[in-house]
Amino acid sequence: MLLRHTPVEIKERKALTINPAKTCQPIGAMYAALGIHGCLPHSHGSQGCCAYHRSTLTRHYKEPISASTSSFTEGASVFGGQANLVQALNNIFNVYDPEVVAVHTTCLSETIGDDLNQIRIKAEKDGKLPKGKYMIGAPTPSYVGSHVTGFSNMVKAMAQMAEPTDKKNGKINLIPGWVEPCDMEELKRIAALMDIDITMFPDTSGILNGPLTGEYKMFPEGGVTVQELIESAQATATIALGEWCSADAARWLDSKHKVPCSILDMPFGLAATDRFVNVMRTVAGVSVPDAITHERGQLVDFISDMHQYFYQKRVAIFGDPDQLISMCEFLRSIDMYPAYVVTGTPGKKFVKRIQEICSDMPFEVKVKAEGDMFLMHQWIKNEPVDLLIGNSYGKYIARDEDIPFVRWGFPILDRQGHQYFPTVGYKGALRLLEKFVGVLLDRKDRDSPETSFELVL
Amino acid sequence: MTKNKAQWNPTDIKEELLKKYPPKVARKRAKQIMINEALEAGTPPEIVANVRTIPGIITMRGCTYAGCKGVIMGPTRDVVNITHGPIGCGFYSWLTRRNQTDAGADGENYMTYCFSTDMHDKDIIFGGEKKLEAAIQEAYDLLHPKGICIFSTCPVGLIGDDVHAVARKMKEKFGDCNVFAFSCEGYKGVSQSAGHHIANNQIFTNLVGENKVAPEGEYKINLLGEYNIGGDAFEIDRILKKCGITNIATFSGNSSYDQFASAQHADLSCVMCHRSINYVADMLETKYGIPWIKINFIGAESTAKSLRKIGAYFGEKKLIDRIEEVIAEEMPAVEEAAKKALPTTKGKKAMLFVGGSRAHHYQDLFAELGMKTLSAGYEFAHRDDYEGRRVIPDIQVDADSRNIEEIEVTADPELYNPRKSEAEMKSLEDSGFKFKEYEGINKDMDEGTIVIDDLNQYEAEKLVELLKPDVFCAGIKEKYSIQKLGVPMKQLHSYDYGGPYAGFKGAINFYEEMDRLLGSKVWSYMKAPWQENPELTATFVWD
Ligand code: SF4
Ligand code: SF4
Repeated sequence: MLLRHTPVEIKERKALTINPAKTCQPIGAMYAALGIHGCLPHSHGSQGCCAYHRSTLTRHYKEPISASTSSFTEGASVFGGQANLVQALNNIFNVYDPEVVAVHTTCLSETIGDDLNQIRIKAEKDGKLPKGKYMIGAPTPSYVGSHVTGFSNMVKAMAQMAEPTDKKNGKINLIPGWVEPCDMEELKRIAALMDIDITMFPDTSGILNGPLTGEYKMFPEGGVTVQELIESAQATATIALGEWCSADAARWLDSKHKVPCSILDMPFGLAATDRFVNVMRTVAGVSVPDAITHERGQLVDFISDMHQYFYQKRVAIFGDPDQLISMCEFLRSIDMYPAYVVTGTPGKKFVKRIQEICSDMPFEVKVKAEGDMFLMHQWIKNEPVDLLIGNSYGKYIARDEDIPFVRWGFPILDRQGHQYFPTVGYKGALRLLEKFVGVLLDRKDRDSPETSFELVL
Repeated sequence: MTKNKAQWNPTDIKEELLKKYPPKVARKRAKQIMINEALEAGTPPEIVANVRTIPGIITMRGCTYAGCKGVIMGPTRDVVNITHGPIGCGFYSWLTRRNQTDAGADGENYMTYCFSTDMHDKDIIFGGEKKLEAAIQEAYDLLHPKGICIFSTCPVGLIGDDVHAVARKMKEKFGDCNVFAFSCEGYKGVSQSAGHHIANNQIFTNLVGENKVAPEGEYKINLLGEYNIGGDAFEIDRILKKCGITNIATFSGNSSYDQFASAQHADLSCVMCHRSINYVADMLETKYGIPWIKINFIGAESTAKSLRKIGAYFGEKKLIDRIEEVIAEEMPAVEEAAKKALPTTKGKKAMLFVGGSRAHHYQDLFAELGMKTLSAGYEFAHRDDYEGRRVIPDIQVDADSRNIEEIEVTADPELYNPRKSEAEMKSLEDSGFKFKEYEGINKDMDEGTIVIDDLNQYEAEKLVELLKPDVFCAGIKEKYSIQKLGVPMKQLHSYDYGGPYAGFKGAINFYEEMDRLLGSKVWSYMKAPWQENPELTATFVWD
């Protein structure tokens, strides 16, 4: 037993978090920044945070993650980090020559109250920010929200690069939220099938699922360009996927530049993808090509073929709010029961939304925002589930309780594939289902007595 | 030491590495990039180490908290480690160092758990002491561990929470649970090294010496600076046991509360990673009279050498004979494995840039495979790790090191007990036996190789481009950028989820691993056939 000390009896904890289902803001900001072409993410704080964030992202994406740091020591922590950041910018543009440096703060620089905007002005004045190059900044105090909040804050900083304009370029801004590089690729494929010209930001496809060619490029092909961000105010509309990840940026473009926005759930599963395609169609004024309808039909076909394996199975799932909302809806649509749903990210709306989605179940879903995996494990010990869905840390619970486990979310440290095979859209939903059926049937095969060990479905 | 007159000129390489930097950065880096020369004269050139990283230059380093909680205390299974701070630091140090552990008969193991006070903005504004106190109480009520350790992250130091006072209060309150704290905020010091220091000092102050009853066994040693990555300590323990040597405490791999608490009963301390722990060995000697030696269990030859050194220290025929028997038993398999790997590995070139002493130790394994180390360096070393312990008195203490507490240790009035008489020590020394000595990496590397402190991503990439090593060793952050260049990269912090690499069986694992890595076909696939022969001169197969 790897988590042998987790008791069945649940006692309320007010101060101690055990096995968190979230991490801190800056890592989300770092990931988002990697989705800009020619961008170097920069962590304004001690070098430790930067090392941790780079390591975790590297372990998840299995790709080089470059990011610099202000390398605070005690002096900077007392006197403020301005000098460090200005010096850092000078070094960065001399040595790495990025198009843009995307700075996010950390606990440290937030606690001492460094103001990124003021530092940027200072750097410009000192000539440390070359002409035609950019520094954007996002405040990401790690004692507020979670990694999701940090992602959202950096995406908003990207939106803030938009310049006021009277021009319209007929494009649609698509803010995908914290999804995998392959998911972003898949969303672009869907848009292309629908013949819609989009600006997607952030866009980590090509950057965090790049090829091995014997050449290392610190700034690979891919990513939204600075020019595209500047022109994002010229778009017809913004479609933002995920309230937690993407809404702030979209609303900002709406209120500041009058680019009307639609905020949708992330397109995981059937219904959320239906809504996504439908809104894309309406906003862009196009019709949905048969190819997409065909993909949808395949998904429906799979659901009907395999329904018996999903029907009334109990699921425990943990992760980030936007992903969980769509996933719970998907689970319900195939008649599975999300029994326990936990996110570490705060937000009252989350609990309500999940309860609504699960309102037609014969028992009440146990759902918690700002929860941890220790609690979820205790729930499981009290009443087991048939399937566990979550990031790699779930493997300890899965092994102890002998539960079929599907890795989905962030971070996945111990498997490959999530950066190549999308789980958004109809095709992505097919992959999810394939994974669910895979582990459920593996379990059935393992547990069946010889007499009922069967070859055909 | 062999002279290695390389085709490339190290001075040019150094110049090339520095070319792109702004002048100030170049000046600083020039002192941390050293051409290894004048070795024969016995005074390798001086290097600048343990100084701040440069803002904006992408470093390999982590922070003090990482060194304290992650490296030193992390592998202690039966202590509840609570990170006091926002959630991130605790989350990232949760199971990411591959310190394997055996929960033992008592079954206590908290290493798979991550405990944090998860500070929110109101804790930052109003102070986090209350929350910390409540968290310690909750951990105690829930788990009743032997010990609870508290780790301060950056904001905690800034807002001035007195973690030590809270710990003292709770320790008194519980009576049966040792609670103590570490002021290991990430901004203290310039690297993980400061964190090791802070951790070790607290272990020494709060744990060592607590167990009054001596553990049973003959030839008692402590193994210092071994973290059981990928099961290294398991293999070392296997060998020690086979030789009849009793390992009382490993600092800190597969370690437990009681091991630390009994360390004063050992008769010899054996130091693996000099960087992270040499001062603990010194303190154990000063306070309890336990001499220490530097050993190295990375590499089969080194393992044999280290075992013989331990044997010579105790000086008893029974032990010495047993050690020879064990070596004779283990070596044939090692030689067999080397023979298999050598055709692939011989003459190949390596570079290693890893943490503490690993960049030094692993050169022995490479040497056993007929491989040369072209360039190496440490992520968080001090000058003595490069130049040998004799430079310690010359090292200037700067402001960044001064804020790391130093503890004064004196001989324990009751427990101090010199393990060997002065005459015995002297006669051992006269026979060539060296106590308290670490020669440093420079002396063991070829003339003209390049030694670099605190290597950064840009220099790593340049080095690989210019010197084209056959394998590059560093950590996860460096792994994929090096591989994109078409060069195999071996993680020597986490071993790429392989290992153990220590001891005899570990050496065999490592030989096999190098054989696989260097022999892998994948490195020949970089170019598609149509990129290699772009002209259209195809013929039909039936022509
Ligand atoms: S630098 Fe500070 S905040 Fe960052 S990881 Fe280290 S202790 Fe945590
Ligand atoms: S919680 Fe704070 S100190 Fe820790 S890693 Fe996150 S930003 Fe850094």
